[in-house]
Amino acid sequence: MNPFELTIGQAAQELASGNLSSVELTTSCIQRIEAVDPKIKSFLTVSRDRSLARAGEADKKLAAGDAPPLCGIPLSLKDLICTKGVRTSCGSKILDPYIPPYNATVVDKLEENGAVVLGKVAMDEFGMGSTTENCAYQVPENPWKPGYICGGSSGGSASSVASRECLGSFGSDTGGSIRQPASLCGVVGMKPTYGRVSRYGLVAFASSLDQIGPLSRDVSDCALMMNAISGYDEKDSTSVKEKCPDFSHSLKEGMSGLRVGVPKEYFSQGLSPEVEGVVRNGIDALAEAGAEIVDVSLPRTEYCVAAYYIIAPAEASSNLARYDGVAYGYRDESAETLLEMYKQSRSQGFGDEVKRRILIGTYALSSGYYDAYYKKASQVRTLILEDFRSCFDQCDLVVSPVCPTPAWKIGEKSDDPLSLYLSDILTISANLAGIPAMSVPGGFSKDGLPIGIQLQGPHFKEETLFQAAFNLEKSLAVPTMPPEI
Amino acid sequence: MKISRQEVEHVAHLARLNLDENELETMTGQLDNILSYVDKLEELDTSDVKPTTHAFSISNAFREDAVKPSLSQGDALANGPRAAKEAFVVPRII
Repeated sequence: MNPFELTIGQAAQELASGNLSSVELTTSCIQRIEAVDPKIKSFLTVSRDRSLARAGEADKKLAAGDAPPLCGIPLSLKDLICTKGVRTSCGSKILDPYIPPYNATVVDKLEENGAVVLGKVAMDEFGMGSTTENCAYQVPENPWKPGYICGGSSGGSASSVASRECLGSFGSDTGGSIRQPASLCGVVGMKPTYGRVSRYGLVAFASSLDQIGPLSRDVSDCALMMNAISGYDEKDSTSVKEKCPDFSHSLKEGMSGLRVGVPKEYFSQGLSPEVEGVVRNGIDALAEAGAEIVDVSLPRTEYCVAAYYIIAPAEASSNLARYDGVAYGYRDESAETLLEMYKQSRSQGFGDEVKRRILIGTYALSSGYYDAYYKKASQVRTLILEDFRSCFDQCDLVVSPVCPTPAWKIGEKSDDPLSLYLSDILTISANLAGIPAMSVPGGFSKDGLPIGIQLQGPHFKEETLFQAAFNLEKSLAVPTMPPEI
Repeated sequence: MKISRQEVEHVAHLARLNLDENELETMTGQLDNILSYVDKLEELDTSDVKPTTHAFSISNAFREDAVKPSLSQGDALANGPRAAKEAFVVPRII
């Protein structure tokens, strides 16, 4: 077995026993990237020398015998998590030249853990998209079926993990951007509770919805990665002072005593029969593991897309006002006045989807329309939260599909923004409500494309999701290795 | 029509974006589509509902007003497309 094929858990054992060094493991991943990335196109930046130097330091810590859990493990980061001294483009031309002068808190925590950041991976520009086709540099392909999308916006994170270029990746999720690519690429992905993980150093898209989280090859790796990044951070005023459990302790066999809700609105028209079949099979597996299955309702689900596509663009239009060509990023040097400089730099630097969302958001917040759009959407957000509150009186978690269909061909849906927005209908509610949610591999379509199962739970109950995910993984035993690329 | 070409032009100016004739045409159509879809929210009666801006409400996060290390001037200026001495340089304003 090649070192790059190991899970984090397996690699940590090999590293601790001295059978493998982090330099060997990191070299193995870099060779894998060189071999498959010309086809898969996950990486925007590979920090070869830097990661080998970090691996050397990790080996010293490992030899001394006081190594933290992720010590020496090569990981990738979505290119919107700031890394000091390493380009962070956000998938956008406007941040093409940007080298952050500081680390995101998540990166500081990973470095304290001895993790090796291999490089930065592709994403939809500013996280806006569901296919990673909006990346200004390259479009990663699905490792299970090249030519197909890997999902988005954390598409490069999912493709890099599924194709074994790294052992795990951190992405971000504003409306499904971790869970949907995880589902379409057959890996595990978690969006933590809003406030569980610091957003300091995460380039902002929609601040009340964004959250950093892991993508991994199995549930146990996901728990290890969550342990490393969770916790209050004084640099993020929305991070929450909540006790962080050891998530690895939640991986218990059996589901007895737990009530699993099946929300009927998540199985409505438009859902592919293959996806439904995989999810129903997962529900049966949870029942066999001892869970009580209950029918529940989240009646306002059908309004989540409309509310989200006002709230997220409104926040984005404000957050992205900072890209003005003054202090960092791209500037059109030909502009003669300040106003021209703003307009020309922004118009040349942003892609179409980003412009579209800035325009929607600016319109929704503009004088005369605020009440009709932004306020109305924020009130509907309250109703969606109430739906989850009453639902979680009847069950401990809900299980559903992640994406209504398996992955589709690159280019197939890129002409109609609204139809793409509608494909986010099953993942958006969790962000509006701030609850934790997860995608776990559930099976495959007849074409061999992965299909994930979504688990959602009450605020700060990631442990319940981990327990259910662990049981699904055990009983479904879904293959996680794509055919050779 | 939910949004006119003139309104899109005005919003683009507010957002400091230039749109050429083609872009203006396409964006107006797409924005109209999206805003028509958003009208769906009108089906819900929200007259007595408080808006939610953060799912997990927390009060102000205060801390001690203590001096801590911060970015050096050089680091802060390093990403500027044009910087001179202690400042970012932009086209002449006055």
